Amino acid sequence: MRVVNQPIRKKDAMSLVTGKPVYTGDMVDKNALVVKLLHSPHANAMIQEIETSVAMKVPGIEAIFTYKDVPQKRFTMAGQTYPEPSPYDRLIMDQHIRYNGDIVAIVAGENEKAVNKAMKLIKVKYDVLPAVLDFRTAKDNETLVHPEENWVANCPVGADNKRNLCAHEVSGHGDIDAVMADCDIVMERTYHTKANSQAMMETFRTYTYMDTYGRLNILSATQIVFHIRRIVAQALDIPKSKVRVTKPRIGGGFGAKQTSVTEVYPAFVTWKTGKPAYLVYSREETQTCGCPRHEMELTVKIGAMKDGRIRGLEVYTLSNTGAYGEHGPTTVGLSGHKPIPLYNKYQEAHRFSYDVVYTNVQAAGAYRGYGATQGIFAVETIVNELAAELKMDPVALRELNIVREGQVMPAYYGETCNSCALDRCLAATAERIKWNEKYPCKDMGNGKIRSVGVAMSMQGSSISNCDVGGATIKLNDDGFYALHIGAADMGTGCDTVLAQMAAEVMECDVDNIIVYGADTDISPYDSGSYASSTTYLTGNAVADACTKLRESLQKIGASIMGCSVEETGFDGKKVYRLEAVEGEKNEVSLVDIATASMVNNYYETQFTSMVSSPVSPPPFMVGMAEVEIDTETGDIKVLNYEATVDCGTPINPNLARVQTEGGIGQGIGMALYEDITYGADGAIAENSFMQYKIPTRQDVGRIHVEFEASYEPSQHFGAKSIGEVVINTPSPAIAHAVYKATGVWFRELPITPEKILKGLQEKNK
Amino acid sequence: MMELKFSLNGKKVSTIIEADSLLIDVVRDLGCLSVKRGCETSNCGLCTVFVNDKPVLSCSVLAARVEGQNVTTLEGLQEEAAEFGAFLADQGAEQCGFCNPGFMMNAIAMFRENPHPEEEEILSYLAGNLCRCSGYEGQLRSIQTYLAFKDSQKGGV
Ligand code: FES
Ligand code: FES
Repeated sequence: MRVVNQPIRKKDAMSLVTGKPVYTGDMVDKNALVVKLLHSPHANAMIQEIETSVAMKVPGIEAIFTYKDVPQKRFTMAGQTYPEPSPYDRLIMDQHIRYNGDIVAIVAGENEKAVNKAMKLIKVKYDVLPAVLDFRTAKDNETLVHPEENWVANCPVGADNKRNLCAHEVSGHGDIDAVMADCDIVMERTYHTKANSQAMMETFRTYTYMDTYGRLNILSATQIVFHIRRIVAQALDIPKSKVRVTKPRIGGGFGAKQTSVTEVYPAFVTWKTGKPAYLVYSREETQTCGCPRHEMELTVKIGAMKDGRIRGLEVYTLSNTGAYGEHGPTTVGLSGHKPIPLYNKYQEAHRFSYDVVYTNVQAAGAYRGYGATQGIFAVETIVNELAAELKMDPVALRELNIVREGQVMPAYYGETCNSCALDRCLAATAERIKWNEKYPCKDMGNGKIRSVGVAMSMQGSSISNCDVGGATIKLNDDGFYALHIGAADMGTGCDTVLAQMAAEVMECDVDNIIVYGADTDISPYDSGSYASSTTYLTGNAVADACTKLRESLQKIGASIMGCSVEETGFDGKKVYRLEAVEGEKNEVSLVDIATASMVNNYYETQFTSMVSSPVSPPPFMVGMAEVEIDTETGDIKVLNYEATVDCGTPINPNLARVQTEGGIGQGIGMALYEDITYGADGAIAENSFMQYKIPTRQDVGRIHVEFEASYEPSQHFGAKSIGEVVINTPSPAIAHAVYKATGVWFRELPITPEKILKGLQEKNK
Repeated sequence: MMELKFSLNGKKVSTIIEADSLLIDVVRDLGCLSVKRGCETSNCGLCTVFVNDKPVLSCSVLAARVEGQNVTTLEGLQEEAAEFGAFLADQGAEQCGFCNPGFMMNAIAMFRENPHPEEEEILSYLAGNLCRCSGYEGQLRSIQTYLAFKDSQKGGV
């Protein structure tokens, strides 16, 4: 392929590296009202009284809103297709405060000083209630996070607000109890993962203003313009036709911006005052009032034979959705449906059950990996524990059991695995890290041990039977094309990747395609950039729209040449007769076709395609970590990380590589550093980058990535997703390496030096 | 309220500030929007600018401190940014770009200070520049290919 599978520079690259003002915060009118939010210092409370009149007197204050001022229709901030599986459990502000940080008042004023001053003058009397802070005690707790009568679950997800249940389900195939009873070895272990923050460098922010037509315009750092339009319209109780949402460049998303964290507040201010308004979350707010990964506790049971055949897997997940249910019912599903099918070969039965519970802590949301990350940590670790128990090489154990191309995966909604290079990924990674030499570990002297660990991962590509990818391609003068998309480039490079696909079909240079997105007024509908959907699904929409445009260009060319369209071909530069006829016009240039399309024209030169997919083909990956542990201090360093990815055809190998390296970097953070803990008042201790340590460039070791491509038949170019699958292997691979060095299994993340030291001391007792 | 006079990207500017105004807000107000804020705790490095050619965190410097000094942001280093930035772009490592200006500023400062840094020196010099997208590996490759290019240029002359 000419343009696809080439390491082409990102279209916006030079603007980004030279620091051009292309982000939300760079485009705000200097006269916009400064909007700030007053947050609750209590985890569970009723507002008895709220007094704003003194604060209103501060010069420059434009408006202060409280729960008394907002519409009473509940909604969800989750960016999902309607009807959302997430319950409608929010108001813009509620009299009932549900976590330490919940929103108590919106203050808008001419400048930050005035707003800060006014915030201090708002007097609130709370009736403080007992709070549910431990998610293990949430289900059927007498304290209810959502006792209200107008709480609504739109979808049958097993939710019951009177039991603090956001979702519940049991699924499976085969007779799991009989299979377990028949296995030579059955192990059960419990794992615990924390609420990690996405920690994108650009915090949440939204700018709003009214336009010429009296419509509310929202310029926001979001992955989901169309869902934001619906959410804001519902929250403000105004017609959707009154709302327009656009996104400029986004300073990182990772799923955080798949939740409407900030949009409704300045939108409400602008709608009420008619004035432009801007809300930017501080890092502290982003850490404490954002939408982190769901904390989960997973109990896994594995049944196997002495020869290593894994015959049964059982996963029970307890997921903590926090004070609100955004993405609660859906993230949990991936904690079982992604890891279990990896061991498909001899799997006769599985059971997957879960409870998602409400608690009085920061609401969780979507974070790259979306539940799969947690499930893969648990299942990959128990497989490593099984290997240790069976005294088998964990790579060999995997080779024996992994899913292969052509197999039906009962634990993956019965889908057939039509593209899979997982076996090759495993072999290639083991060879590059020199597994056979380095496994299990090497004593370096002076108390330091080096060891290696392994893990695999799969994800999906779009949400099957749900997501919609949309693309419009348009011919312009001189024969350049405009590609309009509703998907959101958040640094991932999808503007470029989709342009590469368009250029491939149109047989032109990628510079000949201009890209614009996303804007709810102009872009074709697209669910948005999440669920690893854009390359796979929106890519198919691009290919389809371009194919239609090609046909139309041939029609125009044929009409100019006076022949039938069947007699013509198109090579990107011209339409020509397949067999030249002497004395006739045998070709028409693209430029002439573009010109002709603008004079007395009867042919379409703009095509939109919308596509969905009945399947969600999994990309696969293998990661192997080499770590060094200081057994005297517990200190741990990642030295090397080898990874091999099967994302089908990598549309842009450079961008696929950096996605993978970035995902591994984040995964290392999750494995070793990133923690969220709550005080007795429900306040988060890790409320800044001082406490919430994300990896620096000295913490990630050397990451090395290669690709083993399969070809996914349901995608025009054979591509699958890459964005999420890449974050899942570090936690289990590192936990495995740590076990190899210390003989201790760490089943709770992050694996800090303190925990390692304590584990070693306990073992040596 | 007080008047502040300093040189910004080689141009003399004067502006009204408050005693507690931070340099980051003042330069952004003056149109240097490349300067980004990623934290409140001096941890991210996104806000890096030069004061008298030395990199500083503009989020942690009172604007009043730059009275009479030379302040440089990426707006004033467009050529250098484009030259080295092309190498970052060729790795696809610019990603979301939000950390790029601070990273560029410190990388440029490093190239000036130490034209031949070892890998460890690079990692340590830039340790204060966080990036959540790239895993840092592509940034390192871009620096190494850029340095090799600079060397080959010199070799060619
Ligand atoms: S803004 Fe984070 S260090 Fe200055
Ligand atoms: S490129 Fe996004 S934070 Fe560095």
